[in-house]
Amino acid sequence: MAAGSEAVAIGLAHYLTVAAILFTLGIFGIFLNRKNVIIMLMSIELMLLAVSINFVAFSVFVGNLVGQAFAMFVLTVAAAEAAIGLAILVVYFRNRGTIRVEDINMMKG
Amino acid sequence: MILQAIMFYIFAALAVAAGVLVVSARNPIHSVLFLIAAFFNAAGLFVLIGAEFLAMILVIVYVGAVAVLFLFVVMMLDIDFAQLRSGFVRYLPIGALIGFILLAELVLVIGSWAVAPGMPNPAVGLAAGGVPVSNTRALGDILYTRYLFAFQAAGLILLVAMIGAIVLTLRHRADVRHQSISAQLARTRAQSVEVIKVPLGSGSGV
Repeated sequence: MAAGSEAVAIGLAHYLTVAAILFTLGIFGIFLNRKNVIIMLMSIELMLLAVSINFVAFSVFVGNLVGQAFAMFVLTVAAAEAAIGLAILVVYFRNRGTIRVEDINMMKG
Repeated sequence: MILQAIMFYIFAALAVAAGVLVVSARNPIHSVLFLIAAFFNAAGLFVLIGAEFLAMILVIVYVGAVAVLFLFVVMMLDIDFAQLRSGFVRYLPIGALIGFILLAELVLVIGSWAVAPGMPNPAVGLAAGGVPVSNTRALGDILYTRYLFAFQAAGLILLVAMIGAIVLTLRHRADVRHQSISAQLARTRAQSVEVIKVPLGSGSGV
């Protein structure tokens, strides 16, 4: 790293900040779209993406590939979660004709 | 170095902007498309940082499979999305408050983060034997040896998810006429062809 380029060098904190902002946006989206399950699922995907960015950033800057391997597992879980969640959503819509979150009270939990 | 920094800021800004639009877009189709944009920019960040394999996996799996799945579901379900947005403004203050608190906490954590002094220096072992190898090959080396069982478990999770999704959404409708191939193939000549001697001057009587 040459002198003078220190100021613009992209470090671990930069990536962590981006991931933190994306994660916060995911939380924010869940609160903002309290009635729309699809957007809530998308917000969860956004949060998982932020977690992957964290894993990869730590993996590269610490110099250990295990983080990238676990980011792959996070990706796997995210894909499985999206598939199952959307399948449940489709079945629910077929039975009730709506996806409003307040209407999901058949089990009276 | 400066180019890398510029690209980082472009990708990061686009990813964050796409994330904002995902949660605030009026139309869920636009939300899905902005989600795709966020994934693409995250893949760009991964390429910048040197994780090429994960970047390509992100594009293939997230953009190619997950986002398209979302798009299908949004378009397939006949939902009044305007009605679903009715409480949007009411939830805005509490969401903004919680988001701001969480972001402040995370920034505080990032600002004061340090490696514990007793940690072994992990900067070795990126490539076995000290020979620089490509990211994909190094990842494969670690994934198929040390994390083989976790890798197989990930495959099993995907299998279970696939079967679960199929079982959940499959339905046998009794009111639809189906083709029964086995019944068609099981027909014999005796069942389907009848030879009738028709006497002259009268009909066959069928």
